[in-house]
Amino acid sequence: MKKKDINKIEQEMKLANSGLSEKEKTLFSNARPAPVKPLNKYLEKFLNWARAESLWILGYGTGCGAIELRPLMTSRFDIFRYGIAPRPTPRQSSVFIIGGYASLKTIKRIVRSYEQMQGPKFVIALGSCTINGGMYYDSYYTINRIDHYIPVDIYVAGCMPRPESLIAGFDKLKENIKAGECDGMNRYAENFDWYKNNQKKIIKDWDMPDYNW
Amino acid sequence: MEEILKELKQRFSIKDPEKKRDDLHFVKIEKKDTIAVLTYLKHYGGFTHLAFLQAVDRIEDEKFQLTYMLYNYKLKINLAVKVLIERYQAEMTSIHKLWAHAWQYQRELKEMFGINFPGSPRVDESFVLEGWSEKPPMRRDFDTLEYSTKTYYQRPGRSTNDPKKYMKKKLYKNFAKSPDNGRKNG
Repeated sequence: MKKKDINKIEQEMKLANSGLSEKEKTLFSNARPAPVKPLNKYLEKFLNWARAESLWILGYGTGCGAIELRPLMTSRFDIFRYGIAPRPTPRQSSVFIIGGYASLKTIKRIVRSYEQMQGPKFVIALGSCTINGGMYYDSYYTINRIDHYIPVDIYVAGCMPRPESLIAGFDKLKENIKAGECDGMNRYAENFDWYKNNQKKIIKDWDMPDYNW
Repeated sequence: MEEILKELKQRFSIKDPEKKRDDLHFVKIEKKDTIAVLTYLKHYGGFTHLAFLQAVDRIEDEKFQLTYMLYNYKLKINLAVKVLIERYQAEMTSIHKLWAHAWQYQRELKEMFGINFPGSPRVDESFVLEGWSEKPPMRRDFDTLEYSTKTYYQRPGRSTNDPKKYMKKKLYKNFAKSPDNGRKNG
């Protein structure tokens, strides 16, 4: 292949960022997310153990399920015992808890926060609304399946699930991380166009960069 | 309260005044009298507070019903003023000069029901819905299930149970049979 062709293909692989103005386009990156390969076997195993034992959750309550996070963090259920701590910004956190139903207005912020989180990152979807829409399955402004918009690692079913079941969900998440099965971030990078198409299908006024990094 | 209603009756054409509770009254007025009645109630009747402005879609009559809920702090009485307006190309006079906060209600009604309030501040901005291009969703001819199936991805295998039958079958098998409805004590 000639160098010209390679340049052309590289140019096509760049994101268009068509929702931004010309001035804003210079401020944001137009690179795609890339899948991250695991390191060698034993090192990756050690890293996975370390990741599983220090989960930092993003303190962003996206639906009514966020009310379950308060007792979880405070003295009654005390999630700090498990090495899980809430963090204020997406940049510092590794677990995103989708707390119940997500409206269109929220999914825009969810996508943006999820993409800003640094890898490795995991998603826990809480409540039946995130699984199949729950009681909002016929609502005009609530999405039905969260896994068409961002990758999900663990579902916690219930309406609402109690903090105990959320702790069980965290346990399962830890198991999966230690087994090296939580590859949501890579799935997102590999099927990036599919996720982006789904997101853009419902978010009509797309005014943010295509990949918020 | 009776005096205020009597005064209102003398000045404007008022239909079926209704007393729901001691502190809750309803009146129906004509569309053309709205501003006059509301101004009178605010400045002479003592109803200084607009609690809410809400709409009901009466699709059978091709009308929207607007309800202005007013509150009198001295008498501690709520008075709801109902107005019927045409449903087709619905338009209503803005009351943001009487109560400044009414612009927010009017903006919501514009978005959710498509009732226009010309001259109301920021009435064309989106209130809750972002980038909405369909029919206003609170209108009753907007099929929300159809829109949801069309737009969002349904997960197959969803089933629904009638709660009454389901509970009878699953949990309270002896509920119907027992003479005291299953309760042992009291």
